[in-house]
Amino acid sequence: MFLLNHLWIILALPLAGAAINGLFGKRWSQPAVNTVAVGSVTLAFLAVAELIREFSQLAADQIPHVGAYFTWMIAGPFRVDFALQVDQLTVVMLCVVSFVGMLIHIYSTGYMAHEGGYYRFFCYLNLFMFFMLTLVMGANLIVMFVGWEGVGLCSYLLIGFWFLKKSAADAGKKAFIVTRIGDFGFTVGILLVFATFHSVAFGDIFKQAAGMPVDGPSQMGVLTVICLLLFTGAIGKSAQLPLYVWLPDAMEGPTPVSALIHAATMVTAGVYMVARMNPLFSRSPIAMLAVAIVGAVTALYAATIGLVQTDIKKVLAYSTVSQLGYMFLACGVGAYTAGIFHLMTHAFFKGLLFLAAGSVIHAMGGEQDMMKMGGLRKKIPVTYWTMLIGTLAIAGIPGFAGFFSKDEILEAAQSGPHANLVLWLMGVIAAGLTSFYMFRLVFLTFFGEPRYDEHHVHVHESPKSMTIPLMILAFLSIFGGWVAAPHFAGGVDYFERFLTPVFSAYSPVSDAISAAPAEAAAASPAMDLLHALTGVPVIVGILGLLLAWWFYIKSPETPKRLAQSVRGLYTLLLNKYYVDEIYAALIVRPLLWISTNVLWHVVDEGIIDGTVNGTARVLRESGGKLRELQSGNARSYATWVVIGAVGFTVILFGLMMGVAR
Amino acid sequence: MSVVPISWYLVLSAILFGLGAVAVVFKRNIITIFMSIELMLNAVNLAFVAFARAHGQLDGLVFVFFVIVVAAAEAAVGLAIVIMLAQNRESLNVERVNLLKL
Repeated sequence: MFLLNHLWIILALPLAGAAINGLFGKRWSQPAVNTVAVGSVTLAFLAVAELIREFSQLAADQIPHVGAYFTWMIAGPFRVDFALQVDQLTVVMLCVVSFVGMLIHIYSTGYMAHEGGYYRFFCYLNLFMFFMLTLVMGANLIVMFVGWEGVGLCSYLLIGFWFLKKSAADAGKKAFIVTRIGDFGFTVGILLVFATFHSVAFGDIFKQAAGMPVDGPSQMGVLTVICLLLFTGAIGKSAQLPLYVWLPDAMEGPTPVSALIHAATMVTAGVYMVARMNPLFSRSPIAMLAVAIVGAVTALYAATIGLVQTDIKKVLAYSTVSQLGYMFLACGVGAYTAGIFHLMTHAFFKGLLFLAAGSVIHAMGGEQDMMKMGGLRKKIPVTYWTMLIGTLAIAGIPGFAGFFSKDEILEAAQSGPHANLVLWLMGVIAAGLTSFYMFRLVFLTFFGEPRYDEHHVHVHESPKSMTIPLMILAFLSIFGGWVAAPHFAGGVDYFERFLTPVFSAYSPVSDAISAAPAEAAAASPAMDLLHALTGVPVIVGILGLLLAWWFYIKSPETPKRLAQSVRGLYTLLLNKYYVDEIYAALIVRPLLWISTNVLWHVVDEGIIDGTVNGTARVLRESGGKLRELQSGNARSYATWVVIGAVGFTVILFGLMMGVAR
Repeated sequence: MSVVPISWYLVLSAILFGLGAVAVVFKRNIITIFMSIELMLNAVNLAFVAFARAHGQLDGLVFVFFVIVVAAAEAAVGLAIVIMLAQNRESLNVERVNLLKL
C-alpha cells in the first residue's frame, strides 16, 4: 500500500527528471541526458505498475482512493486541496500515458540524436509527462486544470522546439492561442461548478449532482450550461470543430512530440475530462447531443481533408482529429467506456503510426511529402510492417485493436441508450474514409516505384532504439483490443466491467434501466460475433482498403483523372475548406487591425505612454525652470534671501497684528 | 536737553540696514558688497545699543561685542577669499564667480 499512500511519487519522478535535465543537461553528454530522461519515465511507469497491483487489492468502497497532501488555497468558502486520486478511469489513463510515454522517450533517443537542444527536448518531454500525470490524477477540477494548462505549455514549447524556423514558432503560438479560447470556457465552467456545488472536488460534485434531476431534452438547466462550458475546453484541447485548426499545424514539432502529445495523450485530455465529468453530462441531454454532434461532424469532416493531403504527418494529424471525433461521439451517445477504450487503442495505433512515419522521415532524410516517396517496403521492412499493422488497426479490420473500439462506438451510436442513426451514418462514412486515406498513405509510401532521387537519398532502416518501440506498439495495436474481445462472442467485456464503477456510480436512473435489456438481448453469441464481423463498419473499412488499392496500385492514373473531373471539390479539400483563410479574414485580421491601430497606436502609445511621458515632461520642464534659480550667482541668492526675509517679516507682522487685535 | 526717543535710533538703524541690503543685491563689486554687509551688521548693532540704553540692561551690549567679534572673523576670512578671487579671476565682479553651482 506504499504507493497508494504516496501517490505524489508518480508525479515527482518525471518532474525530477525535467528539473535535473533542465538545470544540468546542457553540460552533460547525450547518454547522461538519456539516462535521466528515460530513467525517470521508466521509473514512473514501474511505479504505475506497482500502483495498479496495490489498486487491485482495494475493496470496492475504497475506490476512488484520494490522497490529499495540503490545502492549496482558501478564500472564504473556496477551498482547494492539492489532492490526487486513483480510480479505474485514472488507472487506464495512467497505463496509457506512462507506457506510451516511456516508449516514445526511448524512441526519441534515436530520433533526436542528431538534433541540437537535445537536453532541452527531454526536459520538456519529462515536464509534459509530469503535467499529463497531474491531469489524470487530479482529484479536483483545479489540480486537473493545472495539468491541463501545463500540458498546453509543454505542447507550445515542443511544437516550437525548432524555434528558429518561423513556421514552427508560429504553429506553437497558434496552438497556445487557439486552445486558450477553449480554456476560457473551461475556466468559466469550473467557476460555475463551484458556484453551483460549493466545491471543486470530484467526489463532492458527483454526490450532489447525483441528487439533481436530469435536465429535460430541451432544458438549459445549470448542469447543461456547466457541461457545455466544460465541453468548450475539451473542444480546444482535443482539436474538435471549430477549434481543430491548431493540431495540423502542430506537426511542425519533432515527430515523437506529434506521437506523444498530439496523438496519444494530451489531445485525449478533452475526452478524459468529459468521461470524468460523466455524472454531469449524463444529466444533460442537450450537452450529450452537442458532444455527439461535434464528435461525429469532426470525425467526418477531418477524414475528408485527410483524403487529399500529401504530407505524411498532415494525413496523420487529420486522422487524429477524426479519431478524437469518434471518442466524443462515443461519450455523446453515453458509451463512455467505448470512448475511453478507443482512446487507449488509438494511443497505441496512432502513436505507432506517428513513430513509424517518423521512422520513414528519418529514413528519407527529412522528406515528408508522400509524393516523393514510394517503394520503401523492401528498404525499411520493420517500419513497413509495423506501419501496416497500425493502418490495419485504425481501419478497423477485424482482429486488430481499432476494430474492437470503433465497433463498440458505432454499435452504441446505432443501438445504445442515446442512439442516433444520423450520427451513426456519419461515423460509418468516416470509417470508410479513414480506411481509404490510411491505405493511400501506405501505398504511396511503401509501394510502387521510388519517386525520389535514389542517388542522393540514402534510405536506411532506423536504429534499434526506434524500431523496438515500434514493434511493442505494433504488438499492442493487434492485441490491445482483445480485452474487450469476449464481448463480441457474447461474453463479458473485461474493459467495460473494469470501468463500470466510474460510469455507473452516479449515472441517472433512466440509463441504468435502458442498459439492462441490452445485456439481456445478447442471447446468441455466435450470431453476435457473425454480426460484428460482417457489420457495416467492417465492410466500409474493407471497401476503403480496396478503393485505395485500386487508386494507388492498380491504376495510378485514376486519382488524377478524378481530381480533374471534380476539380472544385478537390481544390476545396486540398485547401482544407479554406478554414484557416476564413478564420484569418474573420478573426485574425480584424483582431490584428484593432490591436495595431487602436490598442497599440491609440491606447498604448497615445493614452498610456502619453500619460507616463506627459507626467515626466511636466516634471522635467518645471524642474528646468526651477533650476534657473540655482544660477551660481551670489547676488541672485542674496536677492532671494532678502525677499524671503521681507516676506517672513511681513507675515510675522501680520500675525502679531492679528493677535493684538 | 531732552532725550532722543528710541524710535529715531530704530528708524536710522532700519534705513542703514535697508541701504546695506539693497547694496548687497545690486552691487557687483565684491568689496562693495562686503562693505554693505558690514553696514548691515552695524545697523543691527545700533539697534541693539539703542534697546540696551532704553531698557537700561547690558544684554544688548554683550550682543554687540559678539557681533563685532564675528564681523572681525568674517572680515579676515572674507578678505582672504577676495584676494584669492582677485588672483584667480583678475576681477572683482561676483557675476563671474558662479562655478559652484551644479
